[in-house]
Amino acid sequence: MTTHYLILSALLFAIGGIGVLIRRNAIVVFMCVELMLNACNLAFVTFARQHGNIEGQVIAFFVMIVAAAEVVVGLAIIVTIFRTRRSASVDDASLLKY
Amino acid sequence: MGETVTFWVLAVASVAAALGLVFSRKAVYSALMLGVVMLSLAVLYAVQDAPFLAAVQIIVYTGAVMMLFLFVLMLVGVDSSDSLVETLRGQRFWAFLAGLGFAVLLALGFGNVVFAAPTGLAAVNQAGNVPSLAEAIFTRYVFAFEVTSALLITAALGAMVLAHRERAEAKATQKDLSRARFVAFGETGANPASLPGPGTYARHNAIDMPALLPDGSISQLSVNRHLARHTEELLEERSGELDASETPVAEITEGENSK
Repeated sequence: MTTHYLILSALLFAIGGIGVLIRRNAIVVFMCVELMLNACNLAFVTFARQHGNIEGQVIAFFVMIVAAAEVVVGLAIIVTIFRTRRSASVDDASLLKY
Repeated sequence: MGETVTFWVLAVASVAAALGLVFSRKAVYSALMLGVVMLSLAVLYAVQDAPFLAAVQIIVYTGAVMMLFLFVLMLVGVDSSDSLVETLRGQRFWAFLAGLGFAVLLALGFGNVVFAAPTGLAAVNQAGNVPSLAEAIFTRYVFAFEVTSALLITAALGAMVLAHRERAEAKATQKDLSRARFVAFGETGANPASLPGPGTYARHNAIDMPALLPDGSISQLSVNRHLARHTEELLEERSGELDASETPVAEITEGENSK
């Protein structure tokens, strides 16, 4: 059963990664990052049970806290960029390129 | 047996929802799909001897984080859809290939590992899952826990600083707005009066039904453009009715449709 959980976790992580690479809307990119974090948490919880060690769950708990903090700051940045550029597309914020 | 059934149901649901998250055109659908994935994962945590994490997953992720996502979606504009222009040629294809390759690589790697039967957390969770987690967090990981609290305060402050906006000029009063409307009327002939209300003379009084003008034509200005999906249907319907009486269905397009 452990293998099944790990493969599910790997699939969700890969799908999230594809989403980060192909989507252009900054908010959807952010959601895909959250999906990847969740997939990692599933792997942590699975290994915690596999090895009978609570520390996997502790790390998953910390990942959740860091993810929550990251969402708050990231969405604030997206709102700020949207205010100045009227766009939530990641392709539009390319001023540093020129 | 019960766990196997739960796993397969939730695995299929979560992978399908994750695909929906990546490939749905509208950002709100993506958010709802993400909610489905998070709920499925919460149940999978509960199945795997982590009831506390399952509760935290639902409270923090589907509760707080999803609400934040939806709030920002509404602020930034639900209709801000993806641009289809590829800045890097073939990027979508290669990204897809890379993701697929990564998934296959990881899945094959995990598939080849032979795990012993899971030890299970029954021994560790003897006093209960929450006390054993608390014991780990507040003894071995207490420093990380304190740092986390500093991180959360920093994140809250950072969000406030980033999202705060100083008003650069005074707020426009009703007098200023009225003056601006009449200046626009003098320059472009835009209608200075308020826009017609929806559906006043129509058969329905729903907010998305356009109003009929005295000559029987439809006022496009009376409906918010985001709600205007019925307007075209109604136009067709009415043009069928009105063909007999030879009344043209005129579209009123003057002025900015900014209602």
